[in-house]
Amino acid sequence: MITLDSKIPSGPITEKWDKHRAEMKLVNPANKRKYTVIVVGTGLAGSAAASSLAELGYNVECFTFHDSPRRAHSIAAQGGINAAKNYQNDGDSIWRLFYDTVKGGDFRAREANVYRLAQVSVNIIDQCVAQGVPFAREYGGYLANRSFGGAQVSRTFYAKGQTGQQLLLGAYSALSRQIGAGTVNMHNRKEMLDLVLVDGHARGIVTRDLVSGKIESFAADAVILATGGYANVFYLSTNAKACNVTSIYRAHKKGAGFANPCYTQIHPTCIPVSGDHQSKLTLMSESLRNDGRIWVPKNKGDKRPADQIPEKDRDYYLERKYPSFGNLSPRDIASRAAKEACDDGRGVGPGGYGVYLDFEDSIKRLSEATIAERYGNLFEMYERITGENPYKSPMRIYPAPHYTMGGLWVDYNLMSTIPGLHVLGEANFSDHGANRLGASALMQGLADGYFVIPYTIGHYLASDKSTKVTTEHPEFKKAMEEATAQTQRLLAINGKRSTNSFHRELGLLMWDKCGMARTEKSLKEALDRIPELREEFWNNVKVTGKGEELNQSLEHAGRVADFLEFAELMCHDALEREESCGGHFREEYQTEDGEALRNDDKFCHAAVWEYNGANKKPIRYKEELTFDNVHLATRSYK
Amino acid sequence: MKLLLKIWRQQNSETEGKIVDYMLDDVSPDMSFLEMLDVLNEKLIHKGEEPVAFDHDCREGICGACSLMINGVPHGPEKATTTCQLHMRKFTDGQEIVIEPWRAAPFPVIKDLVVDRGSFDRIIQKGGFISASTGSAQDGNTILVSKIDADASMDAAACIGCGACVAACKNGSASLFVAAKLSHLGLLPQGQPERSTRVLAMVMQMDEEGFGSCTNTYDCEAACPKGISVKNIARMNRDYLKASLFGV
Repeated sequence: MITLDSKIPSGPITEKWDKHRAEMKLVNPANKRKYTVIVVGTGLAGSAAASSLAELGYNVECFTFHDSPRRAHSIAAQGGINAAKNYQNDGDSIWRLFYDTVKGGDFRAREANVYRLAQVSVNIIDQCVAQGVPFAREYGGYLANRSFGGAQVSRTFYAKGQTGQQLLLGAYSALSRQIGAGTVNMHNRKEMLDLVLVDGHARGIVTRDLVSGKIESFAADAVILATGGYANVFYLSTNAKACNVTSIYRAHKKGAGFANPCYTQIHPTCIPVSGDHQSKLTLMSESLRNDGRIWVPKNKGDKRPADQIPEKDRDYYLERKYPSFGNLSPRDIASRAAKEACDDGRGVGPGGYGVYLDFEDSIKRLSEATIAERYGNLFEMYERITGENPYKSPMRIYPAPHYTMGGLWVDYNLMSTIPGLHVLGEANFSDHGANRLGASALMQGLADGYFVIPYTIGHYLASDKSTKVTTEHPEFKKAMEEATAQTQRLLAINGKRSTNSFHRELGLLMWDKCGMARTEKSLKEALDRIPELREEFWNNVKVTGKGEELNQSLEHAGRVADFLEFAELMCHDALEREESCGGHFREEYQTEDGEALRNDDKFCHAAVWEYNGANKKPIRYKEELTFDNVHLATRSYK
Repeated sequence: MKLLLKIWRQQNSETEGKIVDYMLDDVSPDMSFLEMLDVLNEKLIHKGEEPVAFDHDCREGICGACSLMINGVPHGPEKATTTCQLHMRKFTDGQEIVIEPWRAAPFPVIKDLVVDRGSFDRIIQKGGFISASTGSAQDGNTILVSKIDADASMDAAACIGCGACVAACKNGSASLFVAAKLSHLGLLPQGQPERSTRVLAMVMQMDEEGFGSCTNTYDCEAACPKGISVKNIARMNRDYLKASLFGV
């Protein structure tokens, strides 16, 4: 039985965070060094948290499965980071960023968290500038902004098309400074395999050293998971190859509630699949939609090359259907519209699953040089991958899984249903509702890491009265034995199929049945098929090599094993949410013109799932969401 | 396409490695180089052999994890491209491809094509940062940075820390990597207070890790997948000289 107390402070929304900060307990500087905090993951949220906590005086044990903390997948974010600075004098404000994010999330996010996110967004930019993040500048030396998918103001800060890289390198430099100072003990190439609970509190983790294969455990006073999202459940996604659900799923099995696993974001502008060998999908920043026009042929089966299709035979479907937002419509809407056009037989390129993103008009209007200045690196990347020149012929794009709004449930303090277990960034569920707006992921990761957890974790540590534990505690021994047993079990199966073939099959199944559009029928089919596939995995997977060495097939096997359980949870959630909202589109629930149809009477809540044992249906709980400030309304971008 | 792959296989850091030959049929020109290795690995797993270990992650040219010496060239034949973004259409049917790990003493081989680049992290930990603790920053627009400086800083900051510069250098020098970080921070007003201490500390650590010296052959610039200029090395040397002569 889990209890969901969101701990939202009382009072007007504009004052909640200030009030809370004034009321939270503090740990005095001399006592901070008596506490140890484990941080798993070194993306924006993890690196920001680890460095900020170490600066405050806590001992930090920080973990990444990469060879260096700088490789985390935050690095791949291209477009930018939102902040309510209103430097452009265009009517932006904290309130408007809050409003846009709640509305963009299709009224399925927690208002209080979103407001705080908008509030601290301004501090993030200041902090990053101070660290030396080379944001784009105007000639006068001031920070430059651009508008970004789904927003009518220019509030996005950027560093060429590599904003995620530069923000991550900023956080990595802050982390490196603390590692050098000896306040963070950095563990590279160590993967978390389990969470350790003592008397119901999160008190440590079990890890596998990816070089030596050694299974170890670490004890602490609190644990922070900042391990990212689970879009790789689809196998093909824009996530890095190693992104996985293992840390948060293992924590879920230990009692942490998992919220809204069915909320997955499908990004509209990715390079289409080129063949069966495809190992991942590449995102093209949606900033391209600022100057590119999206279209497909008006008529089915029109196979003429793009330049031979005259204007009258083209359908600029986003401009037609959503005149006020046009090509800048939010991600979920743009993705679904592309799928609709392709399902209608009007898709372009091999296989017919692609739409054009055309720069011809912008090149005429602004010159090729201006377009190259804005998007040069993206155009080069496109040409490298496809062998086609996008200055001459339009790009082909298609939606791909990109980000997951669902994650471990957390309260206002970013603590999960397990006391002491805090979850940050994409790994939690709190701020984006059913759909995330562009340039908001970087904002949330850094908000959680730099400006929320340093306050709330102090409050937890000062309030927690449990005694110190060490790894000698029997719970640690038990968790290590379980992790060792699982590793040995995987190595012993010695079946016929590779881990990759299982992952691919699961991914395809999830994309077909629980992807951009879902139905009761498709979800039930998936729920029938996943346990069979899991069964086959545990009897027929082939993992080569040994446990006591660098073994990439063993690493992948563990991650796939967790995806094979987690996929079922996702389908349960999608099946029970009998409405369409944001990234969750149930075909049964749509308006006459094909827009998502929410059911606020029945589903204005976060669904939170409790693990109920192997092969048993998980238990669904609800956190009711109230909208006192942004009133529930049908999202319209027309 | 059909390829003859000659791949460095090494069980671990303690054992000696050797080149092993593999024939691979049915390679599509649309595959990326790493997808081609995925296909090989699938075949090896089927035969019960150990797949080739290699570092990779984002597969979109930005994380800096991938690190292969392809026919003696870091990241292969295409200019300004990481291995993960290199596509097989750049090779010809029947070609022989030699694949090795980065070769440099400060990058010991862990297994097959995987090397330990921890030395790069340790250099950054010595000074590759601006000491700005969370919460202490003033409004971002109070620090003005000319567009020219900001762009130059960004060009240097584009380094992905892959290590191709070291692998390309006959001396195994990390000068381009270190200089890129020094330029990124040193070109910004925020980076000025620590500019001298930073260059001294990072260069000292670079030497301690066992990287060689720079003799201006420019192989690093040619190999850099992000096109980082050797001018940064000149800037580093100037800063180093100034800090050494005039103190910090």
